Amino acid sequence: MDWQPLLLTFKLALATTLLLLVISIPLAYWLAYTKAKVKPILETLISMPIVLPPTVIGFYLLIAFSPESALGNWLNNTFGLQLIFSFQGLVIASIIYSLPFMVHPIQAGFSSLSSTMIEASYVLGKSKTTTLFKILLPNIKPSLLTGIVLAFAHTIGEFGVVLMIGGNIPGNTKVASIAIYDEVEALNYSAANSYSIILFLITFSILLLVYLINGKYLKRFWG
Amino acid sequence: MIQITLQKSLDAVNGKMLLDIDITIDQGNFITLYGNSGAGKTSILKMISGLLEADKGYIKVDHKIWLDTDKKICLKPQQRKIGFMFQEYALFPNMTVKENLLFALEKGQDNAIVHELIQITELEQLQNSKPDKLSGGQKQRVALARAMVRKPEILMLDEPLSALDQDMRSKLQNYILKIHQTYNITTILISHEIGEVIKMSNHVFIIEKGKIIKQGKPIELLANNSLNENIQFTGEIIRMEQKEDSKCMITLLTGTNLIHMNMDQKECSILKIGTKVQITSNSFEPVLKTIATSL
Repeated sequence: MDWQPLLLTFKLALATTLLLLVISIPLAYWLAYTKAKVKPILETLISMPIVLPPTVIGFYLLIAFSPESALGNWLNNTFGLQLIFSFQGLVIASIIYSLPFMVHPIQAGFSSLSSTMIEASYVLGKSKTTTLFKILLPNIKPSLLTGIVLAFAHTIGEFGVVLMIGGNIPGNTKVASIAIYDEVEALNYSAANSYSIILFLITFSILLLVYLINGKYLKRFWG
Repeated sequence: MIQITLQKSLDAVNGKMLLDIDITIDQGNFITLYGNSGAGKTSILKMISGLLEADKGYIKVDHKIWLDTDKKICLKPQQRKIGFMFQEYALFPNMTVKENLLFALEKGQDNAIVHELIQITELEQLQNSKPDKLSGGQKQRVALARAMVRKPEILMLDEPLSALDQDMRSKLQNYILKIHQTYNITTILISHEIGEVIKMSNHVFIIEKGKIIKQGKPIELLANNSLNENIQFTGEIIRMEQKEDSKCMITLLTGTNLIHMNMDQKECSILKIGTKVQITSNSFEPVLKTIATSL
């Protein structure tokens, strides 16, 4: 069996999850506490990937990233960045595609904290940043974990978006879900089964771990 | 000396309410804001601490301007040296008792104050416990100690004892007084318990619908009728029972005590469950017996 698609899948999921975490904490913080009128619009946009067919997202990203478009052209000329049929392109597409799965749990976590806890920190002379890192984030660990795992698992399960903008380049954009599709097309069911069972077991284990931790079954590991 | 003038339009239960107050407090005084829920007491504390914006106002604490809306000066909550004790504790659940106090230290501040406060509030045994392991009274002791770590210029207490039972409440009142006296700190308490106001403070502002309607010494303002040969207390009717002989028995709750009274049917007819009443008893010969000594 060729391990490359599986390794690529986890590389993609890892890069996407890390970047998503960095993007989602400030975004979720803003959404949880803002009174701005544009909030519902932004919330809708972030949630779109949940309901939209992945091919639609993939299609528009393909158009946007293509060298003929203004954005694609600018990226290519300025940074020499070619986002279609490349790993970087996949990472960006995955971030957009998995954004709600990271933002929603973190936003819900922030909203669940009592506002007096934040006020208590401010009147103790602590800045917003200190309050975020010392008070808010440590008290929403289960939400952070849920966001990390859901985004990671969702990226592993990607198919439509990847196929649209990544194509099927071995070692570059051919992730496990596409490898499975390829093997089935070639009537190579045993190879397809090997990929499938590995993906199944890994995602099952990750989700099980989250439920165990958030259900406090493993409290001593996650204080 | 602390000068506070505040104006703000608030959305109260019965529509818009204009909060408009002018308070002067001498350094080291213990004052109470007394009034019904929704009178604007908490909003006043939040505006003093900078957590709520005033429409118009001026706050000067020891020659330092905290707020002057005319000159567009408004210090952030972080820049105002205040200690705030919230009704709902507001301890940080991810930190132990001691860590909660250490967190409150300012940059470069000596942590000896933390040990001192742990001693004063007798939290030595609990200092390594997380807040969720503590009782309500213990949590408020931590909150009190934490509020004092920064050595604030004003200590503000937003009905911090309302969730506690009478016994615990009385103990906490003593801790607060001990802190107030040890550090000679100007203290503002919100309370709607007459006994608490009289025990704790030396000046009370009675607030109604966002305005100060009376101010003065608590004992003169709140208890001027009960200091004669009669005994007087207030209570609420919680039960009414018809008896024979056109009599009726009512049960009153005063504080935590129940009092039964027999009355004429006619007198009863103007009363109903929930009515607040004042009971006066003459020919009263008090006998005092010590049942416990305070801290």
